[in-house]
Amino acid sequence: MSGTIARRPPRFMLARRLLENRGAIAGLVVMVVLILLAIAAPLVAPHGPAEQFRDSFLAPPFEQATFPLGTDSLGRDILTRLIYGARLSLVIGAVVVALSLSVGTLLGLAAAFAGGITDVVIMRLMDVLLVFPSLLLAIVVVAILGPGLTNAMLAVAVVLLPAYVRLARAAALGELAREYVIATRSAGAGVGRLMLLVVLPNCLAPLIVQATLGFSSAILDAAALGFLGLGAQPPTPEWGTMLADALQFYQRAWWLLAFPGISILVTVMAFNLLGDGLRDALDPKLRR
Amino acid sequence: MIRHFARRLALIVPTLVGVTLLGFILVHAVPGDPVEVRTGERGISPERLAYFRHELGLDQPLWKQFADYEWQLLHGNLGRSLVTQESVWTEFTTFFPATLELGICALTFALVIGLPLGVIAAVRRGSALDYGLIGISVTGASMPIFWWGLMVILVFSVALGWTPVSGRIDELYYIEPHTGFLLIDSLFFSDDKGAFISTVRHLILPTIVLGTIPLATIARMTRSAMLEVLGEDYVRTARAKGLAPSRVVVVHALRNALIPVVTVLGLQVGALLGGAILTETVFSWPGVGHWLVESVQRRDYNVLQGGTLLIAILVMLVNLGVDVLYGVLNPRLRR
Repeated sequence: MSGTIARRPPRFMLARRLLENRGAIAGLVVMVVLILLAIAAPLVAPHGPAEQFRDSFLAPPFEQATFPLGTDSLGRDILTRLIYGARLSLVIGAVVVALSLSVGTLLGLAAAFAGGITDVVIMRLMDVLLVFPSLLLAIVVVAILGPGLTNAMLAVAVVLLPAYVRLARAAALGELAREYVIATRSAGAGVGRLMLLVVLPNCLAPLIVQATLGFSSAILDAAALGFLGLGAQPPTPEWGTMLADALQFYQRAWWLLAFPGISILVTVMAFNLLGDGLRDALDPKLRR
Repeated sequence: MIRHFARRLALIVPTLVGVTLLGFILVHAVPGDPVEVRTGERGISPERLAYFRHELGLDQPLWKQFADYEWQLLHGNLGRSLVTQESVWTEFTTFFPATLELGICALTFALVIGLPLGVIAAVRRGSALDYGLIGISVTGASMPIFWWGLMVILVFSVALGWTPVSGRIDELYYIEPHTGFLLIDSLFFSDDKGAFISTVRHLILPTIVLGTIPLATIARMTRSAMLEVLGEDYVRTARAKGLAPSRVVVVHALRNALIPVVTVLGLQVGALLGGAILTETVFSWPGVGHWLVESVQRRDYNVLQGGTLLIAILVMLVNLGVDVLYGVLNPRLRR
């Protein structure tokens, strides 16, 4: 698709509006850096994530060039583990968002298209999920499935599901009354085609925003589960699990606590800023 | 108004049944038979297994088990803890005041700081203060509060020694629980002045930690609601009438800006209870969050199921309350 001089394609408008937002740029930069670090982890990281240096337990940061951010109680390099942790966090975010976005969108579209009892059942079910505080629901799900990274991701995906279902349903209901949908339907398009090829592309904007924000919730909740001992299990270098590992020693070795926490904070903030920026760019009515 | 309220109340029933059904399904999805789990490694003869299964009603069809469970719930019976054999309701009521006390303090803290901050930021839009506030609220909203809790402990308790590390009160004091709220019990039912001071000192850090996310949300919400309202015609009219700027802001603008803020406040209660799980774990605060996390670690599914249900009911009641408050604040919604 090439743009004409008279009218720029909306995609470029979106990019321009997004780039006007300083917060969104910051978020984008952090995200790109994280992705690069995650991909190149074995090349960038000074050591192996589980490699133990038995002559340097709890080495403080900024003192030795070999351990820029110090080592933990088992003599593992913190910087290395943080870099590998970025990998995990991005995977967690991606898997959780992919799961809840796809299932949620399908359920939302199904509710909007089918209406009647299907709609009522799906939406009541989402109401039930929404009644629980999100972390509590995740804890309950993990308690039943058993602790571990995969189950934690599944639990967080369940927790995030209702937002996508509601958004997809609301957007689809708005579109269903439009002429183009009626026209396509009278031209004989099947339900599947109508749903996924006709209506869905026009419902994407709020879903994309939610997905970006979902990334941050996923990372935060998975870290919280890891911290409670219900998520990724040691020696996995997941940031929340690293914090749980630090509990015994943090009063003597602040660096065990500080760096993984800052990593979580910065990553979550980046996705939040990007999500807010995207929302403003996609919906200029909200901007002031 | 009454019809609005009645309709909301009626909607609660199917959600409540759904919540109990979900709890029932989840607990039954746990691999392993509750009887076998309890007998553990020793094993059990098939006859005794069948006997215990019959005792617990586990040999009944699932729908019958669910109906029995609902029947018990309707009689206020949430079952007993598998570990302590205490009734789940008794345990909940023992731990809940601690959570409520902490939650009220945290929400008050968030309101007292967040509301004025949001108003000031909106009035002085574009100032350094405004940008500072936006920065703080973005950071606060992204905060992993379990980490935040440990960091404030590290700074204020370990390094500076200003506040205690954990618990609700020094072990020196024994306070007979009258209301369950230590602030009240220690002030009115204890002769020792030190008890109250100790309680306050123990409350400070958990309050700040649990209040951080609501504070960020409230400040942000107040700011954007105020910005919207300040642009309205009636605010311009009020200004044109020559009213004092403070009166315009507080009486004319803030009152109308409060509607979205109240909604957010209501929504915060669920988030607050979620945050309480982490805050209580970090500070060893003997509340329901701590209790639930422990129940997971002990595989005490009765407690987990009952406690979760009670919290869900609580959240539903608060949401209902917010809806009613909404009607009071915004007469247009009454219809």
